[in-house]
Amino acid sequence: MNSFRTKMRSKAFSEELAEEIIQSNSFWQDARIRFFQNKMAVLSCFILLSIVLFAIFGGYFAQWSNEEIDWSVLGKVKTEGMPSIASGHYFGVDELGRDLYARVVQGSRVSLSVGVIASIFALISGATWGAIAGYYGKRLDAVILGASQITTAIPYIIFFVVWQAFFGRSTSQLIIVMILVNWSAGLFIVRGQVMMLKEKEFVDAARLMGLSDFQIIRKHILPNMLGIVVIYASLTIPEVIMFESIVSFLGVGIQEPATSWGKLIAEGARTMQFGTLWQFAFPAAIFALTQISLYYIGDGLRDALDPKDR
Amino acid sequence: MSTLLSVRDLHVTFDISQGGWPWTPPKKLRAVNGISFDLQAGQTLGVVGESGCGKSTLIRAIAGLAPLSDGTVSVNGQDINYADKAQKKKLVQSLQMIFQDPIASLNPRMTVLEIVQEPLQFAFPDMTPDERRKKAFAMLDRVGISQRNFGRYPHEFSGGQCQRIGIARALISEPKILLCDEPVSALDVSIQAQVVNLLMELQAEMGLSMIFVAHDLGIVHHISDDILVMYLGGMMETSGARNIVSGPKHPYTQALLSAIPVPDPHKKITPQTLDGDLPSPTALPTGCLFATRCPKAQAICQTDRPQLGTIGAHDVACHFPS
Amino acid sequence: MSLLSIKDLNISFTLTEGSVHAVNNVSFDIEAGQKLALVGESGSGKSQIAFSILQLLAKNGTATGEVMFEGENLLTASQRHLNKIRSNDISIIFQDPMSSLNPYMRIERQLSEVLELHQGLNSRDARKRVLEVLDAVRIPDAKNRLRQYPHEFSGGMRQRLVIAMALLCKPKLILADEPTTALDVTVQAQIMALLDEIQRDSGTAIMLITHDLGVVAGFCDETVVLYGGRVMERAKTTDLFDRPTHPYTKGLLHAIPNIEDKDATLSAIPGSPPNASQFPTQCPFAPRCELAIDACHSQLPELTTTAPHRACIRPIEDVTP
Repeated sequence: MNSFRTKMRSKAFSEELAEEIIQSNSFWQDARIRFFQNKMAVLSCFILLSIVLFAIFGGYFAQWSNEEIDWSVLGKVKTEGMPSIASGHYFGVDELGRDLYARVVQGSRVSLSVGVIASIFALISGATWGAIAGYYGKRLDAVILGASQITTAIPYIIFFVVWQAFFGRSTSQLIIVMILVNWSAGLFIVRGQVMMLKEKEFVDAARLMGLSDFQIIRKHILPNMLGIVVIYASLTIPEVIMFESIVSFLGVGIQEPATSWGKLIAEGARTMQFGTLWQFAFPAAIFALTQISLYYIGDGLRDALDPKDR
Repeated sequence: MSTLLSVRDLHVTFDISQGGWPWTPPKKLRAVNGISFDLQAGQTLGVVGESGCGKSTLIRAIAGLAPLSDGTVSVNGQDINYADKAQKKKLVQSLQMIFQDPIASLNPRMTVLEIVQEPLQFAFPDMTPDERRKKAFAMLDRVGISQRNFGRYPHEFSGGQCQRIGIARALISEPKILLCDEPVSALDVSIQAQVVNLLMELQAEMGLSMIFVAHDLGIVHHISDDILVMYLGGMMETSGARNIVSGPKHPYTQALLSAIPVPDPHKKITPQTLDGDLPSPTALPTGCLFATRCPKAQAICQTDRPQLGTIGAHDVACHFPS
Repeated sequence: MSLLSIKDLNISFTLTEGSVHAVNNVSFDIEAGQKLALVGESGSGKSQIAFSILQLLAKNGTATGEVMFEGENLLTASQRHLNKIRSNDISIIFQDPMSSLNPYMRIERQLSEVLELHQGLNSRDARKRVLEVLDAVRIPDAKNRLRQYPHEFSGGMRQRLVIAMALLCKPKLILADEPTTALDVTVQAQIMALLDEIQRDSGTAIMLITHDLGVVAGFCDETVVLYGGRVMERAKTTDLFDRPTHPYTKGLLHAIPNIEDKDATLSAIPGSPPNASQFPTQCPFAPRCELAIDACHSQLPELTTTAPHRACIRPIEDVTP
């Protein structure tokens, strides 16, 4: 071991090494190495991946469809509708005798897709406005910031109810509302980054080369804040999932027969007093697992992409 | 000798918002107040002054990175309009700049080779990728970056090496004028000399004209043909480098020179003290800019701002030049 | 007996990538009332030496060796004893004056607090002493400026405040870490003149840490030249500038432009400073030294114990007698 160390410090060895490593590590390669050193984040990736696979392919393993009512257990849910491999109700049945496993698969699809799709669009919008506000500054900046602050001041649940009163309740409407409410996601962080980066001397150099504003943003500003945006995305997705669950839990989000984690948890919580704990436990567990894994992944990404913050 | 760059009565003013109502007019910060000079082909103009004297803003304004509020900048007799897209592109070929912070002046997400190649696509759009590569290789080789490091990222280099890469990026588009904004003040003494020597060699090889901004009069004197002394955004004195050092006419230049530490323990320097604080650039004195701290100030200095006048080989803005 | 005696000082920092040897086997003494310069470029370990004297190293840093002050090794002194020394005997001035000033506290309180806390002065005496030192550092109209906050002072005035703070308890030694690097030349000249005057009046010893040989020449009696965390040469300042014996010292002196001779070529030292993560087995300057011979690449020269003090296998006088 010691002799190896001495060898590593010798001049010849470092020269040899330098000859070999012509292509050195880029920021993203370094970040990947740091991310994989964070064991909780890696474990969380596996858990999240399993939940996503469950949402996509879980339906193929269901013995019952999510609409079908198992008449044989209706009325005796507490005693006969419990989770069981034999009956094919892996997670038991819900209050109406529907297969909870199939319902959870269905709810996971809705929750995850709403969370991911709405977050991505909200972030694209927030990042774009943030970049514009930060790069051009002055009056435009003031207007964009003002608009974002006004939106935050509107109670989103009321907005939700009013919107749905006009356009009806469906998953796609849910996504649209979610994007509208979160249109300024990440705006502040992107704006701050752009304001900081546009003062950097390498951006001055790019201006002197004759790059247009758009080229400067694309080539010199965006790559330098992608890390921050990725971190922010990992924080926005669980937030939007949580948000969707809250509105659905309160009964203004998704509508029967469609369902989501929030709605399933709400139903489960309502029937818990009848002793059907599984109706609450399965959706709640999957929801909690998703949130916790997303949290750890976000944490790992922050450590990996923003190393000076540690 | 022909005049390559001509700057006339350049002013840069920044608006400083001071709170108050949204319609309250912003304060005016006058960073540069009426600078004029001509730069001859192949010559170096040194700009010296203390922090806050507007010397960096001056060359940023010449490069179009700070807004001119008044005055003109012309290259080869042609007035530069920074808003004109076509003219802006031409700037690439006539003006380039190197910066104070060598590491921050390189994009951390690009390899050295990418950084140095980038200007070519704007300066020589007809070049093939292979020609670009060859040119970048030659340029990097010239500034002393070894080929096995071309694929590395800026953070893997020392400050001196980053400044060399910055020089390569600035010179690869074959500009006629190189603007240097304190290029060596962040570097160690032994590295400073390397970079200064490299700049002087490249200047001779490429026939460059340079504007070299620094607070270190020693280095400016070494590299420059002419020196312009700035104080509070205004021109105090300009002349040949030797004249400025051997026989300064303006009391500010004299004070500046007397304060420079000499690396010779047998020579005791007797610095002239400048009393008083630097006035705020948002509320400039109505008279001579230097009057508040000048040991020779008289009543007229408080009321009338002296114009640049010629005394021998010097142009001096002072009522009582020596 | 010397006021402060440093023997075989080693400072290393533990990082995730391994350890960095910032300072290696450094020894020198400061006599009472002496003005000593520690000169070196960034990474030479000059500031770390000052920090280690007052146990101010970063958490991951360890210092071994001896720093003897009044018969006690400060590296192993208790926090209690060290606090006493920090407040009574050794003061430190940093490059950035704002790092030693509390921006939310009026000048009067910042300065008198030190006296009331450490010297047990009552507020009237403390105020008197504060005015005395503010006068000594030439802050005009000190009486009225006592109620101001640090941001109301200019950069040069702030550094004067910090020097005043360092002087309050009449220290025996002032460690000045690049005190004028952030200041303009005219202000730098004033501050250096002030330090010189203080040293003459009070007999305080000053250890000046700087990269600027010009400042050293005008100020210090003795100079220690550091490179790669090692002492390269130690000599009386006049001797060092007149007859440098170490190639590094000579290289540094020739890298500064001479204001009296515009056409003199700047002779740059080729290459870059050494990497402190590798413990050297050769002279740290050898890769950049034009006089280096094979022996320089294989041996680590020790600092000679007799004058001229230097760590060099092939000093200049061996080449050009």
